Amino acid sequence: MHNDPSEFEAIIERHSSEKQYLIPILQDIQSQFNYLPPVALATVSKQLDIPMIDIISVASFYNAFSLTPRGEHVVTVCMGTACHVRGGPKILEEFERRLKVPAGGTTENKQFTLETVACLGCCAIGPVVVVDGDYYAQQTIGKVESVLKKYASKEKNNGKPREN
Amino acid sequence: MASHAKINSAEELKKTVDHHTALRAADDRVTLTVSAGTCGQARGSLDVIASLENAIQEKGLQEKVRVKVTGCHGFCEAEPNIIIQPQDLFYQHVTTKDAEAIIQETVLKDQAVETLLYKDPVNGQTASKESEIPFYTKQNRLVLGDNALIDPTDIREYFSIGGYLSLAKSLSDMTPEDVIETITASGLRGRGGAGFPTGKKWDFTRKSKGDVKYIICNADEGDPGAYMDRSLLEGNPHRMLEGMIIGGYAIGASEGYVYIREEYPLALKNITRAVEQAHEAGLLGENILGSGFSFNVKVYKGAGAFVCGEETALMQSIEGKVGVPRQRPPFPAVKGLWKKPTNINNVETWANVPLILDRGSDWYAQIGTESSKGTKIFSLVGKINNTGLVEVPMGITLREIIYDIGGGIPDGREFKAVQTGGPSGGCLPKEKLDLPIDYQSLMQAGSIMGSGGMIVMDDKTCMVDVAKYFLNFLRDESCGKCLSCREGTQRMWEIVRNITEGQGKEGDLVLLETLAHAVKDASMCGLGQTAANPVLSTLRYFNDEYLAHIKDKKCPAGVCKDLVEYFIIPDKCTGCMVCARVCPQDAITGEKQQVHILDQEKCIKCGACYEACKFDAILVE
Repeated sequence: MHNDPSEFEAIIERHSSEKQYLIPILQDIQSQFNYLPPVALATVSKQLDIPMIDIISVASFYNAFSLTPRGEHVVTVCMGTACHVRGGPKILEEFERRLKVPAGGTTENKQFTLETVACLGCCAIGPVVVVDGDYYAQQTIGKVESVLKKYASKEKNNGKPREN
Repeated sequence: MASHAKINSAEELKKTVDHHTALRAADDRVTLTVSAGTCGQARGSLDVIASLENAIQEKGLQEKVRVKVTGCHGFCEAEPNIIIQPQDLFYQHVTTKDAEAIIQETVLKDQAVETLLYKDPVNGQTASKESEIPFYTKQNRLVLGDNALIDPTDIREYFSIGGYLSLAKSLSDMTPEDVIETITASGLRGRGGAGFPTGKKWDFTRKSKGDVKYIICNADEGDPGAYMDRSLLEGNPHRMLEGMIIGGYAIGASEGYVYIREEYPLALKNITRAVEQAHEAGLLGENILGSGFSFNVKVYKGAGAFVCGEETALMQSIEGKVGVPRQRPPFPAVKGLWKKPTNINNVETWANVPLILDRGSDWYAQIGTESSKGTKIFSLVGKINNTGLVEVPMGITLREIIYDIGGGIPDGREFKAVQTGGPSGGCLPKEKLDLPIDYQSLMQAGSIMGSGGMIVMDDKTCMVDVAKYFLNFLRDESCGKCLSCREGTQRMWEIVRNITEGQGKEGDLVLLETLAHAVKDASMCGLGQTAANPVLSTLRYFNDEYLAHIKDKKCPAGVCKDLVEYFIIPDKCTGCMVCARVCPQDAITGEKQQVHILDQEKCIKCGACYEACKFDAILVE
């Protein structure tokens, strides 16, 4: 489970070991490993000469970072104002019921992580849901099952956004 | 090949622009312009593009027809939409299945495909041209309009509409002071929220002592419901960049940062590419256009924190730290990024700069009102027929935006409120519909201009729930530095949450108002100082609705779960069984063609039956 510091040293090298690159380095680790493994944080702390407590405070402050492993697929439900008035919270509740996890949680089989986002800026086509970078416009409670099915059966649509 | 060889002087740039403008004018191919910003892509525009290209290839029309992929044109409701020239047709809701007909009918026979034409949701009238659609006619798309003209991934496209000529003019014909004077005289004010005069801000930073100065583009567009900056960066990134380079010259900065939120992957990609192309073309880097002025830009991706839209927090974040605001003064103009004088403006502000330099400050100052000049882009969203980005002159009324441009409220429902200014703004009721929109009037009415989010709400929107929504957002995004904001937003949220759950007490509203003022007075940054606005404005205009929740334990809009029940209206129920099938609790029973029965004990009020019923037979109250 990602215990080899050299993996992370390579990422740090792509930037520089100056303190100001802490966030871009953590972003790269997050995007490659889907979370920030403990060994990664220790490696970054050592290489950038930043105390662990400061690293943790940055990692826990920004929403982009996760300190626990996330699921294979990340479902993000938009909680923006426009989505809210068009029923976004009801869509989230339906995902919570179907996946049996609260927002922020990961299913037991590690297949899905359910997240919320403050606003995706796609307000005209809300409520919006994004799964692994694919956008789903104008979601309804009734469409939730079919969105999940696409990923549960591992049928990917080659990363292309599609209407639902 | 979207790049361009290095351009060494203002003269060479003019020649380049002339060359590409002439190429554009001489291009007599039929052009299918497809809007493909994030919203368009979410609605399948990439598939539409592929099928159009296939159809063109199949018919061997590559020489005569081209597909132009642009960013968002603003009319999000009509996505994916296509503009066809020279026929001057506007098609909406295009799908892959329409590609064949578009080529066959429109391209080959010059005939319109009737089913794809715009139909007015209010009067049902058909419009074939963009210029006939009410959504566009009242707008003045000075900043956003170019999105429909260019492929944002190609710098030569920007040249073909006169791109970077304002930069050339600034560098060769104007001193930095001249540039600042022009911006000051134009009356441009910051489009990010506070509305500070841009020229004045530049002047402060220019006059600040220090050999190294920075400028920043704030593209951390965090207000939920606002997305004009995303659209500008996706659809016309060079324009913002040109504004920044001009700003760098005026202020005397050698380095600039674009701080962009990570939730905007396409905007991030397009601005990053634009910076690279500008470098290759010699519009960034050493000795730009032979003027002796050197300037570089770095793109910095945010990590998801609303408070980083606040300028001092944003700079902390670029420095690699937790994004916590700090006390001002010293203002960034004196002590900003890395403790150096720094000027920060948002995307829309920067994008106005080339326009002002090109057409002059007198021309610009004619648009708008006495105190608010130019145009402003609003995102018109929520319960509105024509959702999208609208660019209008300052001083236009809310009624004109919502009814004339927006086409009013869908499904014949009633307008209740419009929320402007994001979490720092407020909700305005129908009595305020004739308010002319400018910085002052919105503030007097208890809201703010903010970055331009405009969320329309109808009688099915609960204003107490809206207040709860913003408080929940703010308590989550408060950085925690000031106790008043950290605890105050939390306590206000708890009080309002209790009210929506039927636990409201007499005295809650007084307590809420007292707390709101305390948070406003005692917090350090903009987030805390304005955090009370959603509560104060809803208390001011929708007091009755709070009282209905507290005293009658009712939610008049039918939103607050704990205060409503779902019923089946026997007269309307046709016994189609759809609701029974979608109910996750098996709470609905009934035979085919018999009125169904909803078991209140089992109902979890998820809303699935309400959504599924085609006969309006589900009542929520």
